Amino acid sequence: MNLSFWLNGVYRHDEVEPDTMLLDFLRDKGCYSIKCGCETSNCGLCTVLMDGKPILSCSTLALRAEGKKIVTMEGMQKEAEEFGTFLADEGAEQCGFCNPGFIMNIFAMENELEDPTEEDIKEYLAGNLCRCSGFVGQTRSILKYLQYKKTKKREEAEK
Amino acid sequence: MSYVSKPVRKKDAMALVTGKPVFTNDLAPKDCLIVKILRSPHANAWIEEIKTGTARQVNGVVAVYTCKDVPRKRFTLAGQTYPELSPYDHYILDQRLRFVGDAVAIVAAETEEAAEKALKRIKVKYRVDEPVLDMHKAKDGKILVHPEEDWETKVPVGADNKRNLCASGVEESGDVEKILGECKYTIDRTYHTKANQQAMMETFRTYCYKDHFGRLNVVSSTQVPFHVRRILGNALDIPSSKIRVIKPRIGGGFGAKQTSVSEIYPAFVTWMTGRPSKILYSRYESQICASPRHEMEIRVRAGADENGIVRALDVYTLSNAGAYGEHSPTTVGLSGHKSIALYRHTEAYRFAYDVVYTNVQAAGAYRGYGATQGIYAVESAVNELAHMMHMDPVKLRELNMPMEGEPLPAYQDCTTAPSCTMDQCMKRAKEMMSWDEKYPYKDMGNGKVRGVGVAMAMQGSSIAGIDVGGADMKLNEDGSYTLGLGCTDMGTGCDTILSQIAADCLETSIENIVVFGVDTDISPYDSGSYASATTYTTGMAVFQACQEMRKKICALGAKMLEAEPEEVNFDGEFVFTDEIHKVSLKDIAIKGTCGNTQELQVTRTHCSPISPPPFMVGMAEVEVDKETGSVKVVDYAAVVDCGTPINPNLVRVQTEGGIVQGIGMALHEDVQYTEKGKIRNNSFMQYKIPSRLDIGDVRVEIRGSYEPSGPFGAKSIGELVINTPCPAIADAVYNATGVRVRELPITPEKVAMGILKQKLEK
Amino acid sequence: MLKIKSYVKVNSIAEAYELNQKKSACVLGGMIWLKMGNRNVSTAIDLSGLGLDTVQELEDEYVIGCMTTLRDLEMDKSLNTFTQGAIRESLRHIVGVQFRNCTTVGGSIFGRYGFSDVLSMFLAMDTWVDLYQAGRIPLAEFVKMKKDRDILQSVIVKKTPLKTVYLSQRNTETDFPVLTCAASLIGEQPRTIIGARPGCAMVVEDREDLLYGFTEMSKKEKAEAVRKFSEYAAANVPVGSNMRGSKEYRRLLTEVLTRRAWEALGGIKE
Repeated sequence: MNLSFWLNGVYRHDEVEPDTMLLDFLRDKGCYSIKCGCETSNCGLCTVLMDGKPILSCSTLALRAEGKKIVTMEGMQKEAEEFGTFLADEGAEQCGFCNPGFIMNIFAMENELEDPTEEDIKEYLAGNLCRCSGFVGQTRSILKYLQYKKTKKREEAEK
Repeated sequence: MSYVSKPVRKKDAMALVTGKPVFTNDLAPKDCLIVKILRSPHANAWIEEIKTGTARQVNGVVAVYTCKDVPRKRFTLAGQTYPELSPYDHYILDQRLRFVGDAVAIVAAETEEAAEKALKRIKVKYRVDEPVLDMHKAKDGKILVHPEEDWETKVPVGADNKRNLCASGVEESGDVEKILGECKYTIDRTYHTKANQQAMMETFRTYCYKDHFGRLNVVSSTQVPFHVRRILGNALDIPSSKIRVIKPRIGGGFGAKQTSVSEIYPAFVTWMTGRPSKILYSRYESQICASPRHEMEIRVRAGADENGIVRALDVYTLSNAGAYGEHSPTTVGLSGHKSIALYRHTEAYRFAYDVVYTNVQAAGAYRGYGATQGIYAVESAVNELAHMMHMDPVKLRELNMPMEGEPLPAYQDCTTAPSCTMDQCMKRAKEMMSWDEKYPYKDMGNGKVRGVGVAMAMQGSSIAGIDVGGADMKLNEDGSYTLGLGCTDMGTGCDTILSQIAADCLETSIENIVVFGVDTDISPYDSGSYASATTYTTGMAVFQACQEMRKKICALGAKMLEAEPEEVNFDGEFVFTDEIHKVSLKDIAIKGTCGNTQELQVTRTHCSPISPPPFMVGMAEVEVDKETGSVKVVDYAAVVDCGTPINPNLVRVQTEGGIVQGIGMALHEDVQYTEKGKIRNNSFMQYKIPSRLDIGDVRVEIRGSYEPSGPFGAKSIGELVINTPCPAIADAVYNATGVRVRELPITPEKVAMGILKQKLEK
Repeated sequence: MLKIKSYVKVNSIAEAYELNQKKSACVLGGMIWLKMGNRNVSTAIDLSGLGLDTVQELEDEYVIGCMTTLRDLEMDKSLNTFTQGAIRESLRHIVGVQFRNCTTVGGSIFGRYGFSDVLSMFLAMDTWVDLYQAGRIPLAEFVKMKKDRDILQSVIVKKTPLKTVYLSQRNTETDFPVLTCAASLIGEQPRTIIGARPGCAMVVEDREDLLYGFTEMSKKEKAEAVRKFSEYAAANVPVGSNMRGSKEYRRLLTEVLTRRAWEALGGIKE
């Protein structure tokens, strides 16, 4: 079937099978950042943004992307690097397998929540599992990153 | 510039955080055949007939293999140094099926769809036999898991397949019964731990292809590339020289990938068909047919005198190997050696064990490797002993803990502790937790009560006299160095840690170190990353390789300066005799490529005769809902002695990660079976690892000693850190509620029903 | 592996209903459950083009389109004000934000799953389902009906003045509940729901009228009534065992959660 949608800012037309999942489809198109960690929609590794909202690409039919804007980490390399330095400076990226889904959800959180507390952050990211870091290093990096963004924004406003 | 003890960012960090295609399945060629396994629905069955005709006819199916097609030569999947202590009890495919999930047939097809279709079309006639599912009934029971005649152990470990024994033994020192008899306080308790899953985010996966020399190339998410090469040679019955194993980035291991879980299937397919193939384990497969922690039941008898000196320990471990014996004879040892050793005044101890085969999923290596189970039991027993004596459990520890230069009873890999700051760890943990204020509990007045609990732990640093670390150091034309490694970074950061060591030894920038690993064709031999060995053992190999490299640089530099080697110095940038007579590293490097006869390359191998233990103290504060039984770890304070922390950030994150895995084991991660032996916790929906909402604060500090035998004074950290949560949390729950749960996990139900029982008894 | 032969993004509910009469057809919700199974679906019917993905507040009711995601429901300000935040509380434990951005209200209600927080919550309100063929049916009735080939278009919540409290017991924060409990006063009418028994959520019938006239009671009377009613609930609500908890534990929880919910609702413990 025909599928037309935006992938990382580029409008494209593809052919897909009715039962192809977005995860498999996007990896096939070279978006290797998206990982699969379970079959039961529990791990969050496959998180991508659909019209700005985080969704599980493992549980979404590719056809449901019709007319939508899909963003993967391949389309947010600069932002990933920006946040990633904070994560890396804690050593909390560890094996890295959960990082793309986790970081994409942080971007979604930034869009959705204004000035989140630590509890808000934990709740928003609860669907992103990580077995290496024990989460606390991730939280440290997010708090530092958000503080940095706030300062940056304020400085820009002052200019 | 010095890098050791600095929080250096991992060399691969930016690739990981930006989602670059660096993992096995990102690299696999698109034309790989998809390999799928038909799995046994029965816990104990015999294949009477297997028909694959219609499966082969499915469009896109390239091969279907059954037990008739594979070599009839037994091997072990355990990634251990040869001769392995694990029994040779595996075929690639066997006619006897020993657990629900055991491999029945292999399908290789052009697409996943075709492979799935073929699986459904394989017709198997099973003779279903009664399984032995209860580990208490396995030893000398009627049902044998491995009755076959070609079952073999390479090393005597007390195993006997005709008795369902995978290992068995007794170690003792002194007269335990006599000393226990003399003790004013004695305790006798039994504890039970489950077959927890490592649950690394990247499941098992491998792809294979044949190269232009007809050799089998295996790219796999493994902790043990060199062992995998040997295992595949054994399994396929071909010389291992025909096999090359490459390890890309790994999405976590925690010991799971110290067993060759997935490699044999695509290796066999590619070897037979000549075509590239890959297997990706589903999460379901990773839960039901992988390599979890050994379920153990541990009975502890402990005795202390009137002053609180622990004088005798008697530990009996019954360990469940499951259907195959990978890591079974070895894990059990740690349950005694690394728990009894925590009590330095022990005058007599006995450590006895049986490891039995049963018809459940085979266990393997999981972070802590038996020490986790043993320490949970012994530390819990000691806590119970303290309560019996009305003594603060911290106080009891202070009287008995390991001290530098003092004995480590039952621990043969270091009879005394070469380096130890357990006392400082305890002191600091106590401060961090405000132990004296909080012990034993505080009623919060809202139906909730908070309790605190403590535990000590130790582990080893490598397997003494066995583990081999390798480092290959090469000076490149531009003055950079290439550090070739055979150990496996699985996110832990050893590529970076070892580069830090190299950079300091060579007085160069860490950017000037190109780190490479692992390719068994190129990398120096290394046992792999397990047994908390990498920083300690491979680190020492790197250290030695660098010293030798410096000599070579000096020699060539001296030649260029027309001086004698002993006349020159090297400061990382220049070789010089004085301020005027010097030659730069770059010039030496270039010289190395032109008219040179002295190789600027060094390979060093290191093995330590001892395994110095890292130590730690963990303290848990839990909040319990007295009515629902819900337990939340609101705070966890941990202080570790890992020797010199080469990279404090990575030490910290390892510790935090290990503690949270330990919290999962203590409170959440259950393994339940159906009556027929099928695992019910077969997905992340049913096997609940902690989410970030399930943990409170985890606070980690380092009080490092200096370990003389380690690089820059370093010991290990990786495994140690999973050992304290179970006993500390169990005692915190007890202190909060009076309920003692001796079977993990400590679920809300067990706590609530325990409280209810107390009420009814009153 | 889920197999889908054809996929139709329908233009009307009528079209969806037509297509859904074939047993092998399937209306798509959030896909979470469907994807996990091994079904062979002849026609996957997607309602996502029908604008049924919003919460509409009318004068006397909320009309929640079947394709509204659980996340949108959770974040709906008006509904949360109406339920004093109970809606959010009933949804926030469900796996994660991404998960709730996929799952739909229609899928959750139509499935009538035993573990369903959503069902437990909606049963505690004056809720109706709007089915294409059968029309409007009270949710409490719908729960007991056998699954048929009708199409659930929307869920309607009547704006009868409501006070409600939602509680759940879970082994981990994002796990399925071991037990759910919702207590509410719909107007003056008390209602208690127990879900994840592990059977489907049900209304606890107060046959002894223990909570009758609850709003009129003094604090002391309330406390006594709540104590009696929670014991009554524990004795009368059928509960069973599954891998998350035993029958006995669920019975204990039924009492505890029922008491806590009513205590909160009655302002008894303040």
